[in-house]
Amino acid sequence: MAAVKLMDFDKALELFEPVLGFEVHVELNTETKMFSDAPNPANERNHDAGPNTLIAPVDLGLPGSLPVVNETAVRSSISLGLALGCSIADSCRFARKNYFYPDLGKNYQISQYDEPIAFEGSVEVELEDGTLVTIPIERAHMEEDAGKLTHMGGATGRIQGAEYSLVDYNRAGVPLVEIVTKPIFGAEHRAPEIAKAYVATIRDIVRGLGISEARLERGNLRCDANVSLRPRGQEKLGTRTETKNVNSMRSVERAVRYEIQRQAAILADGGTITQETRHWHEDTGTTSPGRPKSDADDYRYFPEPDLLPVQPPRELVEELRAQLPEQPVARRRRLKADWGFGDIEFQGVVNAGLLDEVEATIAAGTTADAARKWWTGEISRIANEREVDAASLIRPESVAALQQLVDAGTLTDKLARQVLEGVIAGEGTPQQVVDARGLAVVSDDGALIAAIDEALAAQPDVMAKIKDGKVQAAGAVIGAVMKAMKGQADAARVRELILERAAQ
Amino acid sequence: MSEIIRWTAAELGAKLTAGEVSSVEATQAHLDRIAAVDGDVHAFLHVNEHALDAAADVDRRRAAGEDLGELAGVPLAIKDVLVTTDQPSTSGSRILEGYRSPFDATVVARARAAGLIGIGKTNMDEFAMGSSTEFSAYGATHNPWDLDRIPGGSGGGSAAAVAAFEAPIALGSDTGGSIRQPAHVTGTVGIKPTYGGVSRYGAIALASSLDQVGPVARTVLDAGLLHDVIGGHDPKDSTSLPDAWPSFAAAAREGATGQVLKGLRVGVVKELPDSGFQSGVAGSFHAALKLMEAQGAEIVEISAPHFEYGVAAYYLILPAEASSNLAKFDSVRFGLRVTPDGGGTVEDVMSLTREVGFGPEVKRRIILGTYALSAGYYDAYYGSAQKVRTLIQQDFDAAFAQVDVIATPSAPTTAFKLGEKIGDPLQMYLNDLTTIPANLAGVPGISIPSGLAEEDGLPVGIQFLAPAREDARLYRVGGALETLLVDAWGGPLLDRAPILGGTR
Repeated sequence: MAAVKLMDFDKALELFEPVLGFEVHVELNTETKMFSDAPNPANERNHDAGPNTLIAPVDLGLPGSLPVVNETAVRSSISLGLALGCSIADSCRFARKNYFYPDLGKNYQISQYDEPIAFEGSVEVELEDGTLVTIPIERAHMEEDAGKLTHMGGATGRIQGAEYSLVDYNRAGVPLVEIVTKPIFGAEHRAPEIAKAYVATIRDIVRGLGISEARLERGNLRCDANVSLRPRGQEKLGTRTETKNVNSMRSVERAVRYEIQRQAAILADGGTITQETRHWHEDTGTTSPGRPKSDADDYRYFPEPDLLPVQPPRELVEELRAQLPEQPVARRRRLKADWGFGDIEFQGVVNAGLLDEVEATIAAGTTADAARKWWTGEISRIANEREVDAASLIRPESVAALQQLVDAGTLTDKLARQVLEGVIAGEGTPQQVVDARGLAVVSDDGALIAAIDEALAAQPDVMAKIKDGKVQAAGAVIGAVMKAMKGQADAARVRELILERAAQ
Repeated sequence: MSEIIRWTAAELGAKLTAGEVSSVEATQAHLDRIAAVDGDVHAFLHVNEHALDAAADVDRRRAAGEDLGELAGVPLAIKDVLVTTDQPSTSGSRILEGYRSPFDATVVARARAAGLIGIGKTNMDEFAMGSSTEFSAYGATHNPWDLDRIPGGSGGGSAAAVAAFEAPIALGSDTGGSIRQPAHVTGTVGIKPTYGGVSRYGAIALASSLDQVGPVARTVLDAGLLHDVIGGHDPKDSTSLPDAWPSFAAAAREGATGQVLKGLRVGVVKELPDSGFQSGVAGSFHAALKLMEAQGAEIVEISAPHFEYGVAAYYLILPAEASSNLAKFDSVRFGLRVTPDGGGTVEDVMSLTREVGFGPEVKRRIILGTYALSAGYYDAYYGSAQKVRTLIQQDFDAAFAQVDVIATPSAPTTAFKLGEKIGDPLQMYLNDLTTIPANLAGVPGISIPSGLAEEDGLPVGIQFLAPAREDARLYRVGGALETLLVDAWGGPLLDRAPILGGTR
């Protein structure tokens, strides 16, 4: 394969205007599938199931089987539509999208075609520097996922060259909402960043609604990124490519940047862009052509005759609207103000994905600063070391309890870090770790005075220096006392006691 | 020939309840009959090897004092379009040869729960596409009235089984007349219930918006008894109506008193002139109307201007839905698999399997339907056909504002010769002229024997249609006319059928 030519990003932007569009598939975490009573593998409790264990006749397209709409999935879809600022259809139908593929039990996908449940909305996304961008939403529609093919025996893991393929129908029928944006103009050099922020916002929204596990690495959230370029000053849109299934936020950003650079190089050479789907390769940071996609693809859509139209009652829609959580952007603004953070401090929390944790820690009884310091400091450090999510290490309540021990003088900062390790290691609550490890600060003045006397006796000249006004000489004694107390003393209190001694 | 097989299901049920006969005896009598005549008739694709066990079980439960239903212990023939766990289900197709379903169709489960004995699976046109059973992959069924003639279709097997006394009652399915037209040509009774009145779950779909499962019997009362068992809401079928239904057996019994004809307004369709029917068919039809008129019924000419477009619309909607419904037969998960010599891709295997596994009529309709749904043709074909469907529904609405029921001959001709129309699909399709409008509008229809055609001595049926949900009206009217006719004939029409037996 010939090396792909890329144009410098800034140069590309100089010559061309990028136009973006996204299709994000959200797997809902309902108990059962979209059209069957089989357990839903996109629900946390089922995600470890073995292949072909979560299946009902309709997922396999067995003769005589019929679909039945999952009402919870409809409610989730309405909530998501509302959170995206969409109108909700009074009545909408499912349609069959017909195509043959071995991962599709019926050889048609039940989807929505010309009657999506939610349409015409917009969502605000916030970039890292706080800039707000409005992304126009065309529609959000309900559909079912297909099964999963694993191609065996080939070099690439793709169907080309494979000897045979394995099919797992667990995923067949998983409820999906596909969110489709309108073309996004004016993204310019921030296009890659906007792509990432958009996906992050969708993730935050569905998490806030509690309707999806929203884990990109598991495919709970899958983004197809459409990119086209048009020469500066041209009205007509360029030919687009659709990069499929980009499964991390960082990849979305990279894939958009890559496509801009790749397409710009082709166009600048007088070439044309092929309308096609492209695959993103995480390892090389490149895309490669998939199947050609044209508007002439004929899925022979027609209204699904096995299902009645979905007609959500107005009261239900209003009830769901009233239950909507705060929008991510609005929430961030409120939290930043409540916490009194500066831009840098707040973005630190946001970019680390620790908003929920910090908020919960504050709610459990700490100051905002203390909560931020723990989460973006020591806890994040340990998480990075171990390559895990900070949130998975410790519960916010424990962090709050730990800070409270510091505030009460039971722990020094240094001791508190040891307690944190104990809590993370599963040794119990902060108090239990303090008790078990015997880490509390020695607050018994008698014990401290005894240690001070011993240290003074060993360094007889020190007391004279202090009395002469050379207070810094106390440092040596404090160090000796802390060492004798194995660190479990409050250095400030030791200093106080030494100075009291000198004043006697 | 045992007299047991001549009994109606109601009579047999009464004798079973009274302990005058056991289910094992009754089942054995029918198995013997099948062994004696089915070599000629070929109504069955499979005879249930578990039938006697099931019968013995019902006898045991009865002996133990269990309160069983009216039909407990009565043998039931089941059209092969319905999936069954204890017998293969092929829908008359080679592509499903030997297929075993892991679940029972709802109607089968309900019949089982009511103690009916599934005696075998009946022959049909492949995937219910046909009007003669000649398109069965397993050979044609022969009309018990004349073994050289067709038994109707697609449910020729169920009708012939009942007409040949191989079973007292049977299950059928009616997409455009597949219950009523076979009833017409075999001198039996068949009902297509209101769409949604009987569950489609487990009926291998032909055209989902038209398919309806219904009873096949020798008397209106037997049909009502079976309808009472299989009907009613099924949460597994989203198009199943939630309505509570009256007893259809009670309606049939009420009809038999004859009172219901007094003042009954019977509509006769102006646009279905006698010229469109074989003279003996038209003659029998008018004689039946005269008989009703004599009992106080009022014959009213009505206009249904769009009925004439029914066949055309039907042969677009049906193939369109069928092309999608039959896509699941691809060899990947179940059914026949044919691999090209030397192997091939999954597409090659799917393609060859369908080439070998489907018969000519199925292929014809899949091609037709695929074309009708194609982009660019959808509006002209499928879209227009749906508009015709709406117009036919409006014709019915207007008609039923004037009359209580509509009467038509059930089909244009008596049973034609096997092979006569197999090469002329259009002539075959026109057989469904009078039955199709009911499927397009979702209204119920019944066909009962009205007599024999003068010119060929073959059975003729009269069809009554009622507004949606008014199935009980059909049982009342059908029961009333049946009583008058049987009195006039001095016994059931089937008494005049030739005696079968021996082998050809």
